[in-house]
Amino acid sequence: MENYLILNTLNFPILSTLLILPVIGAIVAMFLRGDTMLKYWGLAVTLVTALASLPLWSSFDQTTAKYQFVELRHWFPALHLDYVLGVDGISVLLVLLTTLIMPLCILCSWTYIKTRWKEFVIVTLLMETAMLGVFLSLNTVLFYIFWEGMLVPMYLIIAIWGGARKDYASIKFFLYTFAGSIFLLVAIIAMYITTGTFFIPELMDHSFGFSYQMWIFSACAIGFAIKMPMFPFHTWLPAAHVEAPVAGSVILASILLKMGGYGFLRFCLPMAPAATAYCMPFMIVMSLVSIIVGGYLALGQSDIKKLIAYSSVGHMGFVTLGIFLLNDAGIKGAMLQMLNHGVTTGALFILIGIIYERTHSREIADNSKLGMFMPIYVTFLGIFSLSSLAFPGTNSFVSEFLVLYGAFDKFPLVGAVSILGAILAAAYMLRLLQKMVWDDSDGHVHHGHDDHEGGESHALFDCNAREFIQLAFLTVFVFWIGLHPTPLLDMMDSSVTHLLHQIDAGSIVPEAVKHGESHALLENAGAWIKNLF
Amino acid sequence: MLNTIFMPEISLLLMALILFFMTLGNFRTGTVQAISLVLAAITLVITIASLGTQGLMFYDAYQIDALSQLFKVVIVLGLFLVFFLGTGLTGIEEKLHTEYNMFLTISAMGLMFLSSSVELLTILLSLEISSYALYVVIPFRRGKGRIHVESGIKYILFGAVSTGLTLYGMSYVFGLAHTTYLSELQEVMPALVATQPLAVLAIILVMIAFFYKLAMFPMHFWAPDVYQGAATETTSFVATLPKVAAVLLLLRFVAVAGFDVSQVTWVLGTIAVLSMTLGNLSALVQTDLKRLLAYSSIAHAGYVMLGILTADEVGMSAAVFYVIGYLLMNLGIFFVLYNIAPKGQNVTFDDLKGLSRRSPLLALTLLVAAFSMAGVPPTIGFIGKFMLFTGAIHEGFYALVIIAVINAAAAAFYYLKMARAAYCAADSDLEVIVLPFGAKIMGTFFILVIILIGALPQSLLAAAKAAVATLL
Repeated sequence: MENYLILNTLNFPILSTLLILPVIGAIVAMFLRGDTMLKYWGLAVTLVTALASLPLWSSFDQTTAKYQFVELRHWFPALHLDYVLGVDGISVLLVLLTTLIMPLCILCSWTYIKTRWKEFVIVTLLMETAMLGVFLSLNTVLFYIFWEGMLVPMYLIIAIWGGARKDYASIKFFLYTFAGSIFLLVAIIAMYITTGTFFIPELMDHSFGFSYQMWIFSACAIGFAIKMPMFPFHTWLPAAHVEAPVAGSVILASILLKMGGYGFLRFCLPMAPAATAYCMPFMIVMSLVSIIVGGYLALGQSDIKKLIAYSSVGHMGFVTLGIFLLNDAGIKGAMLQMLNHGVTTGALFILIGIIYERTHSREIADNSKLGMFMPIYVTFLGIFSLSSLAFPGTNSFVSEFLVLYGAFDKFPLVGAVSILGAILAAAYMLRLLQKMVWDDSDGHVHHGHDDHEGGESHALFDCNAREFIQLAFLTVFVFWIGLHPTPLLDMMDSSVTHLLHQIDAGSIVPEAVKHGESHALLENAGAWIKNLF
Repeated sequence: MLNTIFMPEISLLLMALILFFMTLGNFRTGTVQAISLVLAAITLVITIASLGTQGLMFYDAYQIDALSQLFKVVIVLGLFLVFFLGTGLTGIEEKLHTEYNMFLTISAMGLMFLSSSVELLTILLSLEISSYALYVVIPFRRGKGRIHVESGIKYILFGAVSTGLTLYGMSYVFGLAHTTYLSELQEVMPALVATQPLAVLAIILVMIAFFYKLAMFPMHFWAPDVYQGAATETTSFVATLPKVAAVLLLLRFVAVAGFDVSQVTWVLGTIAVLSMTLGNLSALVQTDLKRLLAYSSIAHAGYVMLGILTADEVGMSAAVFYVIGYLLMNLGIFFVLYNIAPKGQNVTFDDLKGLSRRSPLLALTLLVAAFSMAGVPPTIGFIGKFMLFTGAIHEGFYALVIIAVINAAAAAFYYLKMARAAYCAADSDLEVIVLPFGAKIMGTFFILVIILIGALPQSLLAAAKAAVATLL
């Protein structure tokens, strides 16, 4: 087992600290009183966690694909189940994204959440632990426990603090993702029965038979595609996004959706390389459909949150496209796209939260002509909208460029189709921007300073310092990644190279299937189904 | 020697006697409950002390082994918890409180006998001791309605039918094998099951009474009506303790039938699938929570069967683990239901609304127990399902596991509905539920146990493994 790991070079268990800090924070929060106190406590805990995660950036060894900062304790010896944590180039950036986004989730809820702050802080902190756990676990069962454990706090966030249709949205979210991931559990157990281990790197090195890989791949892919969300499974996302409170939307968009992509990179690609190569055309087509359908649906929305939610479907389509191109540029682009989507879409949801607090409407028509009243807000809106449509100089441009480069390199036609998605993105984002900032075409100025009675007249004040800090913080990342992405790409370099090696080494089998007898797969599946019963 | 290994039964018998003499006098509910709790606690200590003892008694018809002692501890613990959670006995007719506790004790004693019986007639006698006490107790509900009498009659009728079928099966077994001792049957039955269809029929018929106790298809019809009709305290007993003993007996019978995948396995697999599917689908549309729990218990019986039918160490220990976990989480939910309805009325989804405001502890207990029933980590229910699926896949029952997994996903909906009702806002302001100190301890106990055993299942799982080792 030690072949895959670099034991912790720091002198303290940093990964466990990251997991345990929010839990301790949540336990302490149970005994605190007063909303203000709880707000500051939640912020303090998330900030400390963010600071504690910074050594991951500075001490990360970019030259190796092994797992780093590893902690290994025996937990459940009868089943060879260990408590193993570690990060590599694929997960480390997602961990940092999580720890950096969480303080913003508390900040953006500062006035948005009005009731039950105690529960909110507890649930948010538990959510942070669960999400970090998903990225840190090197053991399939531990991974699954955090993966499912995450559903409960997220469900509560939507169900308690959500909007009008929160019941529908929260149940749909829970059932959809629960149904998907329970197949993952079957795959995990099946792999354990075959190999006798739950340890992820060992499972990656084990070469399963082709038809076995197909089953593993499908079981995992359903769970991850739902989380992603990929085209036919995307319908829970708009519902959940629209009804979730602003912090819930930010967590969903910035971190939760990344878990689908992370799952593909951690499970499907290395553990079932032959099946991945075999299913590649299908997955690429579904990604293209996601990109086009997501963009097309976003074009028709009148609700800002829904628009951004559908745009997420499109952006995540680029992620799956990049992943299943199975080349260096594609996978790096996909991973960078995950980070960028976390920054940009997170910021867009914070912006929606800000405007919703002022006008109490998410309709584009109710929020038009903001340029007159909120110049700072509109500036940020402009920056993040441009970032979302991958304007050169912003972060998304780099990642979409990498994915497109990978696509044109391998299948020019795929690249050409996905360009269409980028054009759609420009169309719906510019439409949103234009309507919100300038438009007065509908003629009714509903939130003006003077044509309303006294109570409403203070409705549209510009961003305050708290809101400014959140947005400015994310803006830094927009331009940093947009202009100088090299440090990030360097961090993932060796892990991606290693992953590609694993896929190349494992994907020899389908050649025999492709040439020779293409019916072999069907026959295998038939035999498998017979074995089932 | 005989006396020390028989101590738990004697202790429970004395407890029943003391309660019997108390029925002759006039005692306040508080006194009765305090005495019952103390006696149950003493019995619990004695039973725990008897863990690890071994022996055969009564012409080898009564076997003390790791398996039986583990289940005795669980049964007494369950009895203690049932007494504790229904402290005020608010759902039971005022003048019957002492009798009520006495009959529950006798029923638990029958179950205790059952867990040690290894001879067919002894099994039947123990079963009847525990059943008859319950037949009496179900109509004890307060109030004039007919619903509890109706449910009492249903319970008796189904019980009588299932016992009859079991006896019928036993006659076949005796005719085929010329013995009623399980240890001797274990030597001849596998060969008979492999060759004679009648032996398969006989084994399944013998199991019918335990399907009935476990509320398993095709003997599940009583469950919704009895759950709904009986008082919450009674339901919490009926829903947990007899099921624990039934699982034990099913394990013993499966071990008797042999470990090879045989036709018995296919019958049990079909029953498991029907049970979980039927239970889950019916539970989806229920509004009365007790009815819902009845259907969910039918589904859970299906999951447990998944472990029983594998007849190997992993699967059977998983079944033992699961049923213990099921007892804890089910009692957790009944604890909440009991405390929501101070007059002993049935609870619907509407009554749960705003629970998190009325009593945060009850709401949290319900949340944890419901998510545990749904199988969400890190709870005891998740580890239980995980072990069950592992056991079944280990034996190659992929199709069964996939059906069970689909069922578990569907079941999440109604457990989630409970949690949602508890945490969504109420339409009107309801009064705060003030919990007595004991109930607060109880709620905290359920939350901690469900999560802690879920996170650190090692020792309980090891105990379950050691217990089923005696069967192999």
